[in-house]
Amino acid sequence: MDQELKELYQQVILDHNKSPRNFREIENATQQAEGYNPLCGDRLDVYLIVEDGIVKDVSFKGEGCAISKASASVMTSLLKGKTIKDAEEMFEKFHDLVTGKLGDNLDLAELGKLAVFAGVQEFPVRVKCASLAWHTMMNALKGKQEKVTTE
Amino acid sequence: MGTEVESAVAVKKEKYDVNKIRDQFPILKKKVHGKNLVYLDNAATTQKPSQVLDVLEDYYATKNANIHRGVHALSQQATDSFESARIKIKQFINALGKNQIIFTRGTTEAINLVAQTYGRANVKEGDEIIISHMEHHSNIVPWQMLCAEKNAKLKIIPIDDNGELVYEDFEKLLNERTKLVSIVYVSNSLGTVNPVKQIVDYAHQFNVPVLVDAAQAVNHLPVDVQKLDCDFLAFSGHKIYGPTGIGVLYGKVDLLEKMPPFQGGGDMISKVTFEETTYNELPHKFEAGTPDIAGAIGLGAAIEYVSKIGIDKIKAYETDILNYAVEQISKIPDLRIIGRAKEKMSVLSFVLENIHPHDIGTFLDFEGVAIRTGHHCTQPVMQRFNIPATSRASFAMYNTKEEVDVLVNGLRKIIEVFG
Repeated sequence: MDQELKELYQQVILDHNKSPRNFREIENATQQAEGYNPLCGDRLDVYLIVEDGIVKDVSFKGEGCAISKASASVMTSLLKGKTIKDAEEMFEKFHDLVTGKLGDNLDLAELGKLAVFAGVQEFPVRVKCASLAWHTMMNALKGKQEKVTTE
Repeated sequence: MGTEVESAVAVKKEKYDVNKIRDQFPILKKKVHGKNLVYLDNAATTQKPSQVLDVLEDYYATKNANIHRGVHALSQQATDSFESARIKIKQFINALGKNQIIFTRGTTEAINLVAQTYGRANVKEGDEIIISHMEHHSNIVPWQMLCAEKNAKLKIIPIDDNGELVYEDFEKLLNERTKLVSIVYVSNSLGTVNPVKQIVDYAHQFNVPVLVDAAQAVNHLPVDVQKLDCDFLAFSGHKIYGPTGIGVLYGKVDLLEKMPPFQGGGDMISKVTFEETTYNELPHKFEAGTPDIAGAIGLGAAIEYVSKIGIDKIKAYETDILNYAVEQISKIPDLRIIGRAKEKMSVLSFVLENIHPHDIGTFLDFEGVAIRTGHHCTQPVMQRFNIPATSRASFAMYNTKEEVDVLVNGLRKIIEVFG
């Protein structure tokens, strides 16, 4: 496989795509939002239970490409137990990573689990796939009712 | 003119030489990610042969001027080239007169033109417009907008699991409230060839006019507007090897004469005072402003190119390629073809179990293969088959069986990786 392609579809991403973590509905969610990518028709719902400013539980449901599914899966596994402030910071970090804003400041060690998405920046048309779950999560946190679209 | 016809006939006797055709398309020599380009996104847009590219360059290098009314030599030459493109198009679709060929920006604008002129003048509250479930958004939204404005209703001919029109339902939908039928000739997402002639004949029994969206038809099969007897027909230049930004609306003269103009401006008038404007004759009445002159001339060149090869030969060749592709791709396990109409042209839509079309598209790109993934501007079709998207390979006269093999091998590699 081509190197650039390998970096996009890292083994971790393929694994998360095949067996996504937290892929379920939360019936008693305190927050939830729906995300939609009109480019590819992908839809996903993000569910959260937030208590005292802490993400007690987070999950997602829906359909999408490997990048969007893996991104949602990694996101949910990272957010559990984090504060809302942590979540917002992580969103910023992730967003800067996939849109290539980090440039020379790219520090894969500091990015931790998010680092597997570094390859996305080379694929501008796939940035929306990677960030759909994150935007939807942010909307859920803010309690916005309207559907997120990546357009 | 006699010699030109003779030479065209002589060329038609030649065997279909795909390598010679490929040589005439400079972009097909391009490498993508180090691989030979395999361009299978022809339903989105086709590539352009040198015959078209040269004409565009020649126009801007030697003839560029604004058309009509100019008394200088360049303007006359530009006008002649522009109007001779119109005649080539008239001949290509066998229209009676060149005044029936209206240049637009493309199929979308042609359909909007009919909706905004014929539609607004004739559709009233409670009236109905019939389209089908397999229309491109460009043949849905203009009618929805019109229906919303007039409080009219949009009626949809259903499609079956093979992606064929349920024709009997069309006859049931048509009634005294129907003001227009607008139907796609060849579906861009399913490849289905619709029984357009049958639809026209039935609608005419009730004096209902029919618009045919021929965007995916004129480049794949012979289209004769007199035989079809359709009232309007729309297509785009860029899907038939011509430039983007130019398209055609064909209409019957009596309808076009009665329709109000589309846009106001220069060229569409014969006399203007502040009190009153007299509109120009056909087709200029519908061509306000400076048109895409180079685009029209380029489209004329594209149509000449296609005619010389012969649309019948192109149809036969492309049918062979599609049949081969269906046969090969069907060998892949867990692959489902979306659209299995008996009459099909040049489009192969499919889904792979557990692998999203977007991932397929990115993977194939690295094999040099360009396909389209998504809803193909036909979201109702996706809803009908309960899928978010498909992968679509669409073929043109320059594609080969070897290219189909590259596609199929690429798909096998993807399955291995995602396995």
